[in-house]
Amino acid sequence: MTGESGGWSGMSDATGAGSAAAQNSGAAGLVKAPTGIGGFDEITRGGLPRGRATLVTGGAGSGKTVFGLEFLVWGARKFGEPGVLLSFEESADELATNGASLGFDLPELERRGLLAVDVFRIDAGAIVAGGFDLEGLFIRLGSAVDTIGAKRVVLDTVEVLFAALDSESTVRAELNRLVRWLKDRGLTAIITSERGRSGELTRYGIEEYVSDCVVLLDDRIQDELATRLLRVAKYRGSLHGTNEYPFVITDRGMVVLPITATGSARPAPDERISTGIDRLDHMLDGGVYRGSTVLISGGSGTGKTSLAGHLANASCARGERVLFVSFEESAEQLLRNMRSIGLDLHRWGEAGLLRLWAVRPAAYGLVEQLVELHRRLDEFMPSMAVLDAMAGLNHLGTSTSVSATIASQIDMMKGRGVTAVLTSLTHYGQGESSALAVSSLMDTWLLLRNTELDSERNRLLSVIKSRGSAHSNQIREFVLTDQGAELLDVYVGPRGVLTGSARMAQLADERAAAAGRGAQFQRRRQALARRTAQVEQQITSLREELAAEQAELDEFIEQDVAAGEGRDADRAVMAVHRWADPGATRDPEPDQP
Amino acid sequence: MSTGGVSGGQSAGPADDTDGVHFDLGLYVAGQSPKSILAIENLRRVCDEYLSGRYRIEVIDLLETPELARAAEIIAVPTLVRRLPLPIRTIIGDLSDTDRVLVGLQLRPDGWRSP
Repeated sequence: MTGESGGWSGMSDATGAGSAAAQNSGAAGLVKAPTGIGGFDEITRGGLPRGRATLVTGGAGSGKTVFGLEFLVWGARKFGEPGVLLSFEESADELATNGASLGFDLPELERRGLLAVDVFRIDAGAIVAGGFDLEGLFIRLGSAVDTIGAKRVVLDTVEVLFAALDSESTVRAELNRLVRWLKDRGLTAIITSERGRSGELTRYGIEEYVSDCVVLLDDRIQDELATRLLRVAKYRGSLHGTNEYPFVITDRGMVVLPITATGSARPAPDERISTGIDRLDHMLDGGVYRGSTVLISGGSGTGKTSLAGHLANASCARGERVLFVSFEESAEQLLRNMRSIGLDLHRWGEAGLLRLWAVRPAAYGLVEQLVELHRRLDEFMPSMAVLDAMAGLNHLGTSTSVSATIASQIDMMKGRGVTAVLTSLTHYGQGESSALAVSSLMDTWLLLRNTELDSERNRLLSVIKSRGSAHSNQIREFVLTDQGAELLDVYVGPRGVLTGSARMAQLADERAAAAGRGAQFQRRRQALARRTAQVEQQITSLREELAAEQAELDEFIEQDVAAGEGRDADRAVMAVHRWADPGATRDPEPDQP
Repeated sequence: MSTGGVSGGQSAGPADDTDGVHFDLGLYVAGQSPKSILAIENLRRVCDEYLSGRYRIEVIDLLETPELARAAEIIAVPTLVRRLPLPIRTIIGDLSDTDRVLVGLQLRPDGWRSP
């Protein structure tokens, strides 16, 4: 999210300025004309540059005409500014039908003199035979503007002129003149244009003349979701959000997200509310803060919905309203499943405290879901909203505008003081890391896990974070009974965290092992005693050996002395025999003379 | 094509199969601009040469009657509209390109150029 965060904070800044800056803002005192398009005026801090032309560019079907229509209709209805629509593409009937699909009655506005629609049909077979200008366009536009006292003008779309009139240079020059003409008359204008085939802003480079403000519309697949995106590519002399903002076209018109929080002051209550599970409250030092955001993440079947159900149940029991949005189950399924774990949510529905909204994921795109969610929050004004397994939460952290959108929705709920409970499915192997990027948005994060051991699955709950409060670092076993959820201590031993039967087995093992160790000591003590006896025996026998050797040596010395005396006598005999001098004896003895 | 078409092999000349057909022409201009004056002169010249005695020209100044611009779907000025014979044909510009004017009035086939 790093790449996005710069623009994101810029946007927050823009929304912070809020409605105070709706009419006038910008360092140069640039005056703005609000479009009335939900969200767009916040992004641009007040709308389009007044008295200037804005280029709205995008591919076919990207919503350019709708943007222009809204600008005119809201101008007429809300801001007392009549407008002229010059359409080169659609017939008056087609325009009326399009308007009706957005909830706008264009013919009625025309009758009241708040709107003038002039449809230009250019004869495709027209032949160009010499120089010309577009004075006819100027005359018609001028006449329409004067007739209703228009302040706003929309030209939809100018590429048609280039295609029909076989002289690019003339059309280019005339458009340039038109933009100046509009400016001279102080008209706030939108000129819509097709994007170039290889990504240029416009096919014929119109942005050269219409350069005060450029709005890009796009329609593409992102994270496997078809998403319409809007970006303010340029806004001379004004701060503006630089992100791509998702938008939707609903039967009530166009809405650009983020829709900002109604109140700018953000409450941060000290009050804690119960989760509905005593021991979890205790782990969280008394519960979760009112108006905070709680993330429950975990794999499938870890009990996310059940835990969220407890939070909802506890809220209703306090007499507070809860909006429970289920993206996975039907309302009936959800009620039945909650009943099976001892939660009677049905009675809260009867009492008007609980509203269930089961969303078929296929029915809406993500952005539409968010818009609809926004509407329901407006309508029901709950104090808690549960979003059970919201699609796209997993994508948070990938730096897409969709993530930014979800983030803004969380932000929006916070701004309203709604306690938000979101559940998120983490896939096997993703563990905690997958949701790391979300964590900055979450105040409390509960992680549910399944442990699988000895052909048994058991659930574990831990508190990963709980902002602004001391919380337990302990892992608890999360047990669902027909009387509700319970938390139990888990066994932590050398084989890791053990739950269920394995915990019991481990405890039994340990008792057995303790007994076993006693016997072992005894055996070893005996063995040592035996060994000591052996060694002592060996010492004795070695001493005996030494004594025997000493005796032998003494005997040997005695024999040697006796032998020496005999040898001297023999030598004397030999010397006589060889006639040798008495002194020539080779080995004279000291006892010889 | 069926109304005013000429056979492809025919050479340049005043004679074609629109002989005797009356031309009703409307020329939309904006005041006395150089382009307007030029267009009127060029149209007169072409008509005198090719439609002698069987044409009528109405010059409409859009600055005086702007509502007529809307009625006749005029954007570019000057614009010449051949109202009769049907079908309606539109020729845009100051009419200085005579060849294109003749093609536009269907006095010559599409794509024709004087030799």
